[in-house]
Amino acid sequence: MRILFFNKNKKEEEMKVGLFIPCYVDQFYPNVGIATYELLQKLGCEVDFPMNQTCCGQPMANSGYEHLTGDCNTNFIANFSGFDYVVCPSGSCTLHVKDHLHSDSEEPKAEHIRKTVYELTEFLTDVLKVETIEGEFPYKVGMHQSCHGQRGLKLAQMTELNATPFSKPGQLLEGIKGLELVSLSRKDECCGFGGTFCVTEEAVSVKMGQDRIKDHEKHEVQFITGGDMSCLMHLEGILRRQKSPIKTIHIAEILNTLQVK
Amino acid sequence: MNSDKTIQHSDAATVFNKNVERVNWHDETLWFVREKRDRSAHQIPEWELLRETASQIKFNVLSNIHDYLVEFEENAKKNGVIVHWAADAKEHNEIVHSILKKHEVTQLVKSKSMLTEECHLNDYLADRGVEVIDSDLGEYIVQLRKEPPSHIVLPAIHLKKEDVSETFHEHLGTEKGNIDPQYLTESARQSLRNTFLTRRAALTGVNFAVAETGEFVVCTNEGNADMGAHLADVHIASMGFEKLVPKRKHLGVFLRLLARSATGQPITTFSSHFKKPREGKEMHIVIVDNGRSVQLGRPEFKNSLKCIRCGACMNTCPVYRRSGGHSYHNAVAGPIGSILAPNLDMKKNADLPFASTLCGSCTNVCPVKIDIHDQLYKWRQVLVKEGYTPKSKTIAMKTMTTVLANPTVFEIAGKTGRFMMKNFPMVVNNKLNKWYDNREMPEVPKESFREWYKKNGKANKGKKDE
Repeated sequence: MRILFFNKNKKEEEMKVGLFIPCYVDQFYPNVGIATYELLQKLGCEVDFPMNQTCCGQPMANSGYEHLTGDCNTNFIANFSGFDYVVCPSGSCTLHVKDHLHSDSEEPKAEHIRKTVYELTEFLTDVLKVETIEGEFPYKVGMHQSCHGQRGLKLAQMTELNATPFSKPGQLLEGIKGLELVSLSRKDECCGFGGTFCVTEEAVSVKMGQDRIKDHEKHEVQFITGGDMSCLMHLEGILRRQKSPIKTIHIAEILNTLQVK
Repeated sequence: MNSDKTIQHSDAATVFNKNVERVNWHDETLWFVREKRDRSAHQIPEWELLRETASQIKFNVLSNIHDYLVEFEENAKKNGVIVHWAADAKEHNEIVHSILKKHEVTQLVKSKSMLTEECHLNDYLADRGVEVIDSDLGEYIVQLRKEPPSHIVLPAIHLKKEDVSETFHEHLGTEKGNIDPQYLTESARQSLRNTFLTRRAALTGVNFAVAETGEFVVCTNEGNADMGAHLADVHIASMGFEKLVPKRKHLGVFLRLLARSATGQPITTFSSHFKKPREGKEMHIVIVDNGRSVQLGRPEFKNSLKCIRCGACMNTCPVYRRSGGHSYHNAVAGPIGSILAPNLDMKKNADLPFASTLCGSCTNVCPVKIDIHDQLYKWRQVLVKEGYTPKSKTIAMKTMTTVLANPTVFEIAGKTGRFMMKNFPMVVNNKLNKWYDNREMPEVPKESFREWYKKNGKANKGKKDE
């Protein structure tokens, strides 16, 4: 298989990318981290995973405890300063850093990170200028776009707006051989994960997840993919409880089927 | 109001979700309205510009509210309208009651007014011997059932036609089991007709008040506001002070947005302008604060006062659709209610900003571009700092922060039985792991990513290459 991407931005030396793997992905979904790491390397980046990274602070902040996230911020800045870009396979965590990473003592460093932190798919389309990924994934796939990725980072057009449609992850999936991307009835409905919402509002959270899955089932998908493992963890939990044959897979794992010659 | 007895949103939502068929129906009905809204909005090429314009007009209004209010009062008075000022709900209710008392009126016909719901006017007047009949069909239905409205535009949206049939059978003597909407509507119509003809006083809400002219506009689909106001000797209009627009020409922007956002209609069937009383009749306007000036003084939440009560945020909200309006225990439910309610009573409404996944759809449909989901996030911060959230949550969050902010602790915790498994995202409810009620836990992998990276990552590879 041939790589079909055009890296207009690529300079003589490789881009130094700091790999930011969300804490729960590190712990539960190492394969997503591995796929992201390998994919970025295949695309010519110099990737480094700072070993002392922990959590961006989002779970606390979204629960109303942003004031407790100072130490998380300090640690994040210590780990991710000095990179050209910080790349993360999660729209939600990326958005949190972009919106809330601040530091009284090291604000310039925080600002640099806020401006150069990218969710994986937007890093591919916007920075690396990847037009298509020639990988292979011969399955019927439904795309669950996370709300923070879509409405927060604007990775895809939002159905509420009267504006031209586009989708950065969709664009990347288009080039994957054999992949049939279905069009859902409710294109960008929330899955109901919502951080601590998934336990504090358990009934609604689960119902939202079940309904989301029904939409995918209706379109007979074999896989549900997405850019946020948190949404997928929630959907996977329900799918497994229902003993559904549908599997979840992070978009990085599909994109990493890219073959380098 | 006893704040201790308020049923938390999550508890009410759990009950609501017991009847799956009904939740599905509620969700699909409101989603249908959201889709109608989309089709309607997407037909207007300048839709996004309209929203931005409306947002800026309201920003101007909120920034110069004092001047516009004075201008409005002056012009309304010139038109022969009697203007009253109410600092809070109590004063509003007293003013309305005093007007009725002066005219020796004991029966009032009322068209839709969320403000009177906010002020609990019906109960107040009932306690003083005044009978209030709500003339909006949906409001009429919930009033017969002694329930509050569950939606600001569709007050009886939580009810199916079978429920309405039963209610009408009980209260209006309609045929038992007849669920024909035409028949039921006609029965309500006949009953309300008598009310319209015999009431001497009518109360309406206000959708827009024009500072330049002193007039106000009331939008309905049923014409019930007009019917009430035109047949009565006394017309009382209750308005929150944020209802102002500077000039008549600005109405065009809002009238184009309101009904499209609310139901997907191009415009409400009736957009009635009221300017002065007919000869020998009286027209009153009660301008109400009730916490609005406090909200205006909170820079982060000021924009919530731009709201034109279209209900679009409720129709699109995946949580509202699956929890029902009553679970919000506030006159205004849904996302907008959740950012308005804490201003009225932080303790009672501390749960509401958490009844959201912060998905942001509300912000995108809002015709006046209120940053609703950002305000939900900000209210969470305020409520935690003010101490209105459970102490157990604070302790759990502090523990979590200690682990998550410290690389060494994090790594040890990760190794020793996957700290995350016990604490994320189940951090709030360790005792009863709510995650597991309806979901499997993630399968724990043999090694974490960082463990894999230590073996296979860059540093190691580098060593191998050397």
